[in-house]
Amino acid sequence: MSRDFGIVWDHADLLVEGLINTVILSLAGAALALMLGALLAILLMSRNRAVRIPFRGMVDLMRCVPFLMLAYLVYYGLPSFGLNLDNWSAGMFTIVIYNTAYMAEIFRSVWSRLGRESLEAATAFGFQGPRLYIRIIFPQIFLASGPLLGNQLIQIIKDSAFLTIIAVPELTHAASSIQAQYFVPFAAFIVAVLIYWALCLLVEAGVFVVERAAEARR
Amino acid sequence: MTDPQPVTEDVVLEISGLTKSFGQNIVLDGVSLKVRRGETVCLLGPSGSGKSTLLRCVNFLERPDQGAIYLSGERVGLRPGGVVKMTNSELAKARSRIGMVFQHFNLWPHLTVLQNLIEAPIHVQRRRRDEVVAEAEVLLERVGLSSKRDVFPSHLSGGQKQRVGIARALAMRPELLLFDEPTSALDPELVGEVVAVMKVLAEAGSTMLVVTHEMGFARETANEVILMDGGRIVESGPPATFFNTPKTDRARQFLQRYVNG
Repeated sequence: MSRDFGIVWDHADLLVEGLINTVILSLAGAALALMLGALLAILLMSRNRAVRIPFRGMVDLMRCVPFLMLAYLVYYGLPSFGLNLDNWSAGMFTIVIYNTAYMAEIFRSVWSRLGRESLEAATAFGFQGPRLYIRIIFPQIFLASGPLLGNQLIQIIKDSAFLTIIAVPELTHAASSIQAQYFVPFAAFIVAVLIYWALCLLVEAGVFVVERAAEARR
Repeated sequence: MTDPQPVTEDVVLEISGLTKSFGQNIVLDGVSLKVRRGETVCLLGPSGSGKSTLLRCVNFLERPDQGAIYLSGERVGLRPGGVVKMTNSELAKARSRIGMVFQHFNLWPHLTVLQNLIEAPIHVQRRRRDEVVAEAEVLLERVGLSSKRDVFPSHLSGGQKQRVGIARALAMRPELLLFDEPTSALDPELVGEVVAVMKVLAEAGSTMLVVTHEMGFARETANEVILMDGGRIVESGPPATFFNTPKTDRARQFLQRYVNG
């Protein structure tokens, strides 16, 4: 068994490269989804039904598609429409569009519980348009969504493992290729699992920081 | 009783023939009034008389149906024909010239006390940060809350929150201050500290339109008292006349219930 871990250790560079890709895909994907989700949440909160209902439908549809299926669709399906993405871009694109829907739904649900008092004061003091959202609304929503965003980020990290099926060189893909070459499944996969676990601990630490900031204001 | 302020004909706010309905319900039925520079005008009346709606129409938190509002002689929001034709940014600009104090304080919970004061001056009025902070610190001192500078609103008492609310409104260097029942949400023992701050402001020559149930404040501080009922102005005049020798039956009834009763 220790020989197996020795083999995995010898290929640490592969795992590190996989880890870096997983981190970039998850963090950059989450950051993009966060921003797009915030914009989408504004549309979901629109008082105009003609705006709200179609976007509501899109979000509900996206949340019901299995992530793996969406990755297949993007990578194998989009070329039929002339859109050829390389493995990495297809993976990133899948993560972003899938999670934009989830982020929008998180923001919408937190937003709908936000009191209208602080919004009314902002309006009365002359806030409007982007500044109203950036200075007053979203900081409050963000502070109140810490644990929900943390869960979603963990979900994104785990979903990124599916991208191995479209040959994105992320962590699962690296572990899988080491085990396939040397037949060391337990060692290769348990190391990958431990790395995923470490990533989740970091996310938890981030949630703790946001929660502490929120707690100070409650 | 303090001496009434010297009053000039310099009109800060003029409301003329304002109407507002919510569905079938007429809330404002042709209201006209003037607030001159340095004057404190108190709007009194039973709940549902339209006084809060009137105040909220002044800075367009509610859109009036008809009538005109002039801010320092300049028509705001409504164009001839009674249609609101102002763009959102024009409305926002007009709003930033008026300070508002809310019944439920409406402080921004994610910002500290100081940040609440400087937020709109910096991000709406685009004034220089160092200048705004210096002014905000003076204002906090005036409302007796310098020690709470870096505290979040949730850690303050109701009276302290409302004093921050007043300081936040003043930080906009407003031409006009609106107070929407500023003491109604407070525990009785906290009303005094807020009323004291408002009196100091009135005596220092701020221009204030105040919706209130604090008859003591109206009697001692107002230059003019206006009684509203059913969306109309029933009676108006200097507090000495209004409280001692009301002209209408409705005013006598009201005073009996709210002052003596």
